[in-house]
Amino acid sequence: MLTVIEADGTAPGYDPGLSKAELVHVYRTMLLTRAFDDTCIKLQRSGQIGFSIPNRGIEATSVGSASAFRKDDWFFPSYRDFGIPLYHGVEPVDMMHNMYGNALDTSKGRQMPVHFSFTEPIRLVSISSPIGTHIIQAVGAAYAFQQRGEDRICMASFGDGGTSSLGFHSALNFAGVWKSPVVFLCQNNGYAISCPSSKQTASESYAIKGEAYGVPGVKVDGNDVFAVRQAMTEAAERARSGGGPTLVECVTFRMGGHSTADDPSKYVPAEEMEAWAKRDPIEILERALLKSKVLTKKKMEALKEEVASEVQAASKVAASTPAPALEQVFTDVYEEIPTHIRRQGAQAFDLAKRKGDASAGDGEFPL
Amino acid sequence: MANITLIKAVNEGLRTAMQSDPTVLCFGEDVGPKGGVFLATENLTSEFGEERCFDTPLSEDGIVGSAIGMAMNGLRPVAEIQFQDFIFPAFDQIVSEAAKMRYRSGGQYTVPMVIRTPYGGGIRGGLYHSQSGEAYFCHTPGLKVVIPSTPYDAKGLLIASIQDPDPVLFLEPKALYRAVKGEVPGGEYTVPLSTTRTVREGQDVTVFCYGAMVPVAEKAAAQAAEKGIDVHIVDLRTLLPLDEDGVLEAAKRTGRVVVVHEAPRFCGYGSEISALIAENAIEYMEAPVKRVTGFDTPFPNTLEHHYMPDDRRVLDAIEEVHQF
Repeated sequence: MLTVIEADGTAPGYDPGLSKAELVHVYRTMLLTRAFDDTCIKLQRSGQIGFSIPNRGIEATSVGSASAFRKDDWFFPSYRDFGIPLYHGVEPVDMMHNMYGNALDTSKGRQMPVHFSFTEPIRLVSISSPIGTHIIQAVGAAYAFQQRGEDRICMASFGDGGTSSLGFHSALNFAGVWKSPVVFLCQNNGYAISCPSSKQTASESYAIKGEAYGVPGVKVDGNDVFAVRQAMTEAAERARSGGGPTLVECVTFRMGGHSTADDPSKYVPAEEMEAWAKRDPIEILERALLKSKVLTKKKMEALKEEVASEVQAASKVAASTPAPALEQVFTDVYEEIPTHIRRQGAQAFDLAKRKGDASAGDGEFPL
Repeated sequence: MANITLIKAVNEGLRTAMQSDPTVLCFGEDVGPKGGVFLATENLTSEFGEERCFDTPLSEDGIVGSAIGMAMNGLRPVAEIQFQDFIFPAFDQIVSEAAKMRYRSGGQYTVPMVIRTPYGGGIRGGLYHSQSGEAYFCHTPGLKVVIPSTPYDAKGLLIASIQDPDPVLFLEPKALYRAVKGEVPGGEYTVPLSTTRTVREGQDVTVFCYGAMVPVAEKAAAQAAEKGIDVHIVDLRTLLPLDEDGVLEAAKRTGRVVVVHEAPRFCGYGSEISALIAENAIEYMEAPVKRVTGFDTPFPNTLEHHYMPDDRRVLDAIEEVHQF
């Protein structure tokens, strides 16, 4: 398993290929990811939003991976990937709109929280809830790049549980045959909701699953952001240069429930949680940044305060944004609204108007 | 104009679409050099190259899932599922992904693709080469479901489906592939989706049907005519989104309705037609709506001719609603 940062914070022989400012951006994005995560959990606990997906512990995997890709690549993330959009400049407030499902949510309030969709500043393809369906879609999107002769690539991110899905098998098989410019990121965070890896697979690792498909597999310390970046950069370069797909397994740990509706203390042994707490990905990077004098402790504390207030401000804006209009139930099913949906919309709008449903807005059904 | 079979019209439709739009691709199992098990893609690989008409691994999930990614990223994929009976590994991709992508992304990501697949019985295909699964898919907002019954419509509807901005499931009545011939114009033309076709004008009883049941209904109507019953036949052509106004108008015209499909009756497409009429045109009806369908059993092999609606059963139903 590839590890770069030693216990004392040194990274012998490793050059991340990042300027000081870029290194700070990696660190700050990990902090921002954690702040966003913490805030969402608090918002859920206080009843302001309905749901969230804890990201604590996987920040290095998510951010280190994102850092290996260009802004014009396509991302097919899992729902536990706050770090990918944040690294590439998606504004926390735009993610927060989705957490609230409000009128400015790109999904127009149709999806649960954490199901982001963006086209700017990166193509972050609308996230699904069924597991593994997006992995093969990334291979298809990559085929379009191949056909047009573009040097853009796709990445698909999924958990350890995702490797048991039909989409994983189809994706690796097709990508192997088509030599697809795709990087597959398996975030092995220990548990698929409550199921440990021992119940997920008899393989010696997830990375080795690539071998049978003719896809190189690499296993990385997923809490070491430099190791993740190194493996993902190599994989991205292979994909971009016509060398085909790679499966990268990042070994990390979910330091929380699967979701805010889950209690991990029922199935994660306390000692396992404690052992991983000592390998916090943000602390590991802090040791490296202190050792190499990229940042001081004081500067780190200042950054933590900065991201916390940024996320708080974002949640305030999202909280005060109104809910989507009733018409948003009926649009975007097809490009044009068919007669039967138009009729149903008119009926729903008429009922809301007659019964005085305040959320329905005013006036006639506009479609 | 050429007098060609329905399968040839499908092939012509694909060729025409590929000629006019370089982003159109055809792929699936045995779709490449072999040209598909029914030869729908015959000669397309040699004409357009392996990059645009090709074989895939044997995985319906992979075929449809990769097509979704292509469609989101600027291509116009036409994926073939060898038999509709084999489509179910891709059900998740069709129902949860393709059909919902526009909605869940607020219009940011769209899936303009076609899934072509032969459906229906009449070829001694048994349980797994004969099914009519349209009802599963018609319950899916965001998807379009199209079924041609003539060579002219096969080409025109297929080109319209490929040009459509939303995902289309294009179900081809395999029993008619080589059983019907018709005049088909060369070059590009479209038959608009969500429009019905009046197959036969009549005043006494209206028969709604689609796909391979259209010629069956025509045969029954000819026999009914000998008995003095004037049958009006409507080919639905697009099941989703349905031309509801066209259906209601044709139902009101006679006040007596028979719906014919091969698929099982329970929660079948005929149920929707029946409910649509009951909710919107009950005051025009002179008789209860009668359904002539496959049985609520799996599809049998040796005795398939008993399972599939034929002219005898359709004629019985026409007479029954006429006499009511």
